Amino acid sequence: MASTTTLEPTKAAPGGRRTKTRTPESAENRLGWKLAGPAVAVMLLVTAWPMLRALYLSLFSYRLTDPDNRELVGISNYGVVLSDSLWWRAVGVAVFIMVVTVAVELVIGFGFAMVMNNILVARGLVRASILVPYGIITVVSAYAWLYAFQPTTGFVNQWLHLDPGTNLFDDFWGSIFVICLAEIWKTTPFVSLLLLAGLSQVPNDAIEAATVDGATWRQRLTKVILPSMRAAIMVAVLFRALDAYRIFDSPFIMTGFANGTAPPSGLVYNAMIQRVELGLGSAMSVLLFLSVLIIAFGLMKLFRVDLSQVRGD
Amino acid sequence: MGEKAPHISWGSIVGAELIVLYTLTPVVYLVSLSLKGGNADVNQGGFLPHDPSFTNYDTVFQFSLFQHALFNSFGISIISTVISVVLATFAAYAVARLRFRGKKFVLSIALAIAMFPVVALVGPLFDMWRAIGIYDTWIGLIIPYLSFTLPMSIWVLSAFFREIPWEMEQAAEVDGATAWQAFRKVIVPLAAPGVFTAAIITFFFAWNDFVFGISLSSTERSIPVPASLAFFTGASQFDQPIAAIAAASVVVTIPIFIIVLLFQRKIVSGLTSGAVKG
Repeated sequence: MASTTTLEPTKAAPGGRRTKTRTPESAENRLGWKLAGPAVAVMLLVTAWPMLRALYLSLFSYRLTDPDNRELVGISNYGVVLSDSLWWRAVGVAVFIMVVTVAVELVIGFGFAMVMNNILVARGLVRASILVPYGIITVVSAYAWLYAFQPTTGFVNQWLHLDPGTNLFDDFWGSIFVICLAEIWKTTPFVSLLLLAGLSQVPNDAIEAATVDGATWRQRLTKVILPSMRAAIMVAVLFRALDAYRIFDSPFIMTGFANGTAPPSGLVYNAMIQRVELGLGSAMSVLLFLSVLIIAFGLMKLFRVDLSQVRGD
Repeated sequence: MGEKAPHISWGSIVGAELIVLYTLTPVVYLVSLSLKGGNADVNQGGFLPHDPSFTNYDTVFQFSLFQHALFNSFGISIISTVISVVLATFAAYAVARLRFRGKKFVLSIALAIAMFPVVALVGPLFDMWRAIGIYDTWIGLIIPYLSFTLPMSIWVLSAFFREIPWEMEQAAEVDGATAWQAFRKVIVPLAAPGVFTAAIITFFFAWNDFVFGISLSSTERSIPVPASLAFFTGASQFDQPIAAIAAASVVVTIPIFIIVLLFQRKIVSGLTSGAVKG
């Protein structure tokens, strides 16, 4: 909690000239809920309620097209999903994409942040251009990378002097490579902006002191700069990791989830919307949600930081 | 950003060029692809068009699904943005300024939803929306967008609210204003830049969404732009729609370019606000 917020009420209360209600605390309580209530209600309406419903539906064998044959099957849907190698493969794909893209994004993002922290010329242009990938529709970015790498329409094969027939989308690793590239291209700007904000918090005197003491550039980086950017790095990693694990748009557009490139969200979509297997799909939804929770808690434990503190509350 | 005296070095100039090259190459390629005339030009590969023309843009604007999608996306995104920002302003004010039971709960909910896998919700929502009859309508998309843009807006706004000097509101109250008047007359104008930033980020989210778009809409009544791109078939079914998709992609990217150019400073501060307080 910000220190100011805890001080205010006690400051406001003693005067009490305008006695709106009996106790200032209850008035503040009610005002607080009047203001925050609608937002909370909307957020819960679209998450808590459908999630509970998914939990309920996951206990049934239920196809939307065949509602008469809906029957209670208990937790067997979960057994079906968890014993299917397709599910574990999807989890593996998502974890691979997550680890690779976040690692690369941190490195490139840090480089970009250093550049942006130091430039004087064309600052506005660089800033505006870095927001373009962030703002662009993910589907559009996926198309751009898909077409760039396709043997007929693309320029990559020509530029790299590859065999004109080379089609990266023919196999798993090629497809994953382009999917990762698109993901990295689109989200590195977000990472670099967070890291830039982190860089501006690094105390200059500490860097100068380290320089005076004869620290090498590498020592300054690992002993002074990176530790004081901890909060920014953590937020970047947490948010990007969760986003990358939930990846959906790019594989949908580029491969249609072929070649074993389906992440868990792809399997959920196929089960739910394509095959309208509401029971099985709901079980997958619940499992996807749980795996996101596990990753989130794992990362928070790893960083030993409470995210709500970092966010300033 | 930093207080360090910025210096013009070769490294930073090369770095800046690399950044611009990195961010713009795929976009320039898309524009170039969209200008390629005819299938022969599209399929000969290469970066630049040999036979540039605007026919793909004509094709796109004759495609009624795309016209409707543009209209839907603008409408849905703007309505979501307005509602989201209003609700988030109230909530963020409460979070930043008031002490009430359950404040931690509000923040935890917002945090949890920011991490929520959207796809896990589309099935149940698909089912529920059909049951209550709002499948394939604007409102059926606006509600899910709201719940995912609210957390971001609440964070951005509460970061702004915390920077507003609290004494001003107190002074207004001492002068006889009610809490509501103090909020409306003093805090709201000071928070306007934050509100605006939250609005831009919300708009980006709604304009970008794909999962809800393809799952909760099916016809031109409500289909948004990203979903329509995925269902693009070109002028005839057998025509390669690649260049047309590229043209459509360029069209839907133009609003983003305009917003970015006009408000880059605000977007940067909004994206990073609150993130690095620790």
